[in-house]
Amino acid sequence: MASMIGQPVKRIEDKRFITGQGKYTDDVILPQMTHAYILRSPFAHATITHIDVSAALAMEGVVAVFTGKDIAEAGIGGVPTGWQVNFRTGETMKEPPHPLLVKDKVRFMGDAVAIVIAETKALAKDAAELVEIEYEEHEPAIFAAQAIQDGAPLVHDDAPNNLCFDWELGDQSATDAALANAYHITTLEFENQRLAPNAIEPRSAIGHYEPGTDKYTLYTSTQNPHLVRLLMTAFVLGLPEHKVRVVSSDVGGGFGSKIFHYIEEALVTWCSGKIRRPVKWTAERSESFMTDAHGRDHHSKAELGFDKDGKVLGLRVKTVANLGAYLSTFAPAVPTYLYGTLLQGLYSTPAIYVNVLGVFTHTTPVDAYRGAGRPEATYLLERLFDNAAREMNMDPAELRFKNFIPPFDGINQPGYQTQVALQYDSGNYEPVLKRALEMVDYENLRKEQEEGRKNGKLIGIGFSTYIEACGIAPSAVVGALGARAGLYEHGQVRVEPTGKVTVFTGSHSHGQGHETTFAQIVADKLGIPMDHVNIVHGDTESTGFGMGTYGSRSLAVGGSAIVKSIEKVIEKGSKIAAHLLEASVDDLEFAEGKWTIKGTDRSVAFGEVSLTAYVPHNYPAGLEPGLDFSSFYDPANFTYPFGAHIAVVEVDPETGKVTLKRFVACDDVGNVVNPMIVDGQIHGGLAQGISQALLEGVVYDEQGQLLNGSYMDYTMPRADDLPMFEIERKVTPCPHNPLGVKGAGEAGTIGSTPAVVNAVLDALAPFGIKDLTMPLTSEKVWRAMQQKSNGHTHSK
Amino acid sequence: MIPNEFEYLRAGSVDEAISLLQAHEDAKILAGGHSLIPVMKLRLNAPAQLIDISRVPELRSIREEGNTIVIGACVTHQEIASSELIQSKLPILAEAANMIGDVQVRNMGTIGGSLAHADPAADWPASMLATEAEIIVKGPNGERSIAASDFFVGLFTTMLEPLEILTGIRIPMPATHSKSTYVKFVQPASRFAIVGCAVVLEKNNGHIDNIKVAFTGVSTKAFRDVNVENALKGKSLDATNIAVAAEQAAEGVDVLGDHFASNEYRKHLAKVYLKRALNSL
Repeated sequence: MASMIGQPVKRIEDKRFITGQGKYTDDVILPQMTHAYILRSPFAHATITHIDVSAALAMEGVVAVFTGKDIAEAGIGGVPTGWQVNFRTGETMKEPPHPLLVKDKVRFMGDAVAIVIAETKALAKDAAELVEIEYEEHEPAIFAAQAIQDGAPLVHDDAPNNLCFDWELGDQSATDAALANAYHITTLEFENQRLAPNAIEPRSAIGHYEPGTDKYTLYTSTQNPHLVRLLMTAFVLGLPEHKVRVVSSDVGGGFGSKIFHYIEEALVTWCSGKIRRPVKWTAERSESFMTDAHGRDHHSKAELGFDKDGKVLGLRVKTVANLGAYLSTFAPAVPTYLYGTLLQGLYSTPAIYVNVLGVFTHTTPVDAYRGAGRPEATYLLERLFDNAAREMNMDPAELRFKNFIPPFDGINQPGYQTQVALQYDSGNYEPVLKRALEMVDYENLRKEQEEGRKNGKLIGIGFSTYIEACGIAPSAVVGALGARAGLYEHGQVRVEPTGKVTVFTGSHSHGQGHETTFAQIVADKLGIPMDHVNIVHGDTESTGFGMGTYGSRSLAVGGSAIVKSIEKVIEKGSKIAAHLLEASVDDLEFAEGKWTIKGTDRSVAFGEVSLTAYVPHNYPAGLEPGLDFSSFYDPANFTYPFGAHIAVVEVDPETGKVTLKRFVACDDVGNVVNPMIVDGQIHGGLAQGISQALLEGVVYDEQGQLLNGSYMDYTMPRADDLPMFEIERKVTPCPHNPLGVKGAGEAGTIGSTPAVVNAVLDALAPFGIKDLTMPLTSEKVWRAMQQKSNGHTHSK
Repeated sequence: MIPNEFEYLRAGSVDEAISLLQAHEDAKILAGGHSLIPVMKLRLNAPAQLIDISRVPELRSIREEGNTIVIGACVTHQEIASSELIQSKLPILAEAANMIGDVQVRNMGTIGGSLAHADPAADWPASMLATEAEIIVKGPNGERSIAASDFFVGLFTTMLEPLEILTGIRIPMPATHSKSTYVKFVQPASRFAIVGCAVVLEKNNGHIDNIKVAFTGVSTKAFRDVNVENALKGKSLDATNIAVAAEQAAEGVDVLGDHFASNEYRKHLAKVYLKRALNSL
């Protein structure tokens, strides 16, 4: 049998998805189920002066209405944060409570104020219109840079200047010295705009209390069922963990937004206990825009210094990160340990210093969104490199080649110790850029650009050579950095008597295709057909304690846990096979689904061994029956995929409209199990990253009103916004996990954004335009050309 | 996304729909539902009854009547785009229809519904103005026709009386040698028009002797741009004349602005898209 690893097998799960047979949380219908509607603040900052639910309660079909007062009286605190970051002075971050329902003061447009529970969703919504709430409005603090000013309105009284933390990483004095001696310093200010995640399935949660057993079940659209159960039981509701089951079956996309433990999950669980009936809540799209944790929202100033030959000397960064009104589950980690640690990039920069202010504002909480911190770091670094190349009159590819870290495989050469706390596992950076240049036909493209300029055609070429840290994460390392949880994964391989295999994983697919990729690994390692393998995930009652899916970790960490269990199955199976063959274990080899005595044709098949394990009539003395193993895998390091992206754009000189003509990507994500799925991951990631560059962005007005909370106003990428992607891969295996895999879920998003912006700025170079703020809408580009067109020259 | 409760009524004829409107004070007419249903789901509008006219046979046809083409109010955008009669006699309408929304929207949305809704960024009004369409409406007092140039009053407002129903559009057959086009700069999220420009013209010996230019998306209502038309009448369609005419575009109108396009930029786009329309003819 040919190896299953590396085959572009079609996705097993797609049959049910494309025939409408997927089972999402909102598809779950329970007997006696009620429906909830959550009343939310229309203001960014206000005091609730009056609330009267009596008319709603009196309506026929209404079961219950709860407010912040009920939650406070029940002694329920709020949802916790999973990561602690310290001030550079050593003081711990400010961690104000995030109540399930607000009692007195609302802190963002969308803050939950009351929950109305009725026999149908329509009735709940009608009744919600009868709840009387009066607010006294206050001035809000919406934009982070303004929120830290003295006298700005406070989001939380105990966080002066709205500071959650003032954090640093790197060597400040070495960096200052390096920049003081630099021949050239390139400086840019950046806005990495706020994004709304927009999973196709809105969040949904059903709480189900069963009085007969005193057990709760929470059905929820989460990427992370075990963590939700732990946080909700131990930190929010004070319920016994073993009496609570969290089920997260099919989930329609997350992009990070479904990692976190949200108030609605705890709320429906608590309400179901109160009314002793199931309570279902499903977000409407406008609610998703307001309440799914947003991403990005950084403002930074960065300086990158070079010597006269273009060798990079030092990088100094100051960032103000908008955290929103409350700390979402991983919010403090995103602009710190997932951001500052990536500022080394692919370059041998000898001195780096970054200072980050985490700031509360009266806006939707901000947390991990595809890439989470790493896109922000990459955007900054890659913009600086293209900008420096332009200023120093060097080719941007050449400047990168000059500064790449030399190759290291992590076996014969040690990993690369960065200036910002990480040790890269393995890397070989030149080949991806070289290949991307070939793919795009760089020399001819530059000629075409030059020709075009003579005819008024504005063509631009932009680069991004990125690295990311994924396969999150070694528990001891993240623990030292403030994580309040371990980041290992669990995998159980249960061989059934007939030789079929059920795998239980703590990873959670919300679009990644785990049912296919994991089945390929099992089929490959055990030499059995893929359709003999069933992958189970998303139920805390059947799967071992795991940490869910995010940070491109499922294959590197979850896959490795499964491999460890497979190895245990083979080891025990060998003992049973040796007994059946009356041979020594050492004389056997396992391949293609059978144990064979080396050098003979005597063998015993996998199915015979499995049957013997469960019907142990003729069985090795002292060996336990059964063939069922669990493993926890805690990775030795992060994994570090990398790649080179090149964007080619054309700008319409009359309207400023940017057209992405080509997008070339040569990525290295380590070994690949299913190239078709990886291609899909890269394509989706590229679309999302390109969309940040050109299309997307949350817009608040100064009063904190979300101005584009619908698809009429918030631009999502569509097929006709994108070219046919040209993608290839190189392979530098990960040296520290058994599959040699690195992770591909976020790479496209991380690398692509700066390539597109760099390309547009390259197209606009004749105008002397150095900077534009994302998204690069037609009007922004047009305005920049208008402002500069008086003094422009047609040379670079 | 659940609307307030409403009663659903289906009319078998225009007269029945009018009677139903008379009988129900808070009723709304439902055609393709692509404008009305979203606002109901957002609870920005809560009619007590919906009177569905989408299956009324007399509103569903495209036909030639004398020297005019009549399009029933409930003809969908897709039916217009794929109609052979429209493609051969009024190609500008097929061109415009193909630029509306996406396939799903075009399959459901109707020309009458769109015109009655009078969204300032809708595509249809520009080509209605440029083809000098008449909007046919019927109420308790009978039928009347309103010139497209009078029909659009302002933001989401038309000359329709509360008890009247838009039943169709009558368009004079253009001269066989007339040329036309509809060009559009899209709002990237909604794909409505930031600027939509419709041009219909006739040339005689290289000179323009009849031209109609209309814009949608630019202002609170679609409008004929008489300044541009005057600048081009009797002229040849060369680069200089086009440039001079483009400078006149959207002058003297109250131009809209939003976070996709400020009024200044929108006005600029009107000039660029007029130029592009003229260059293509």
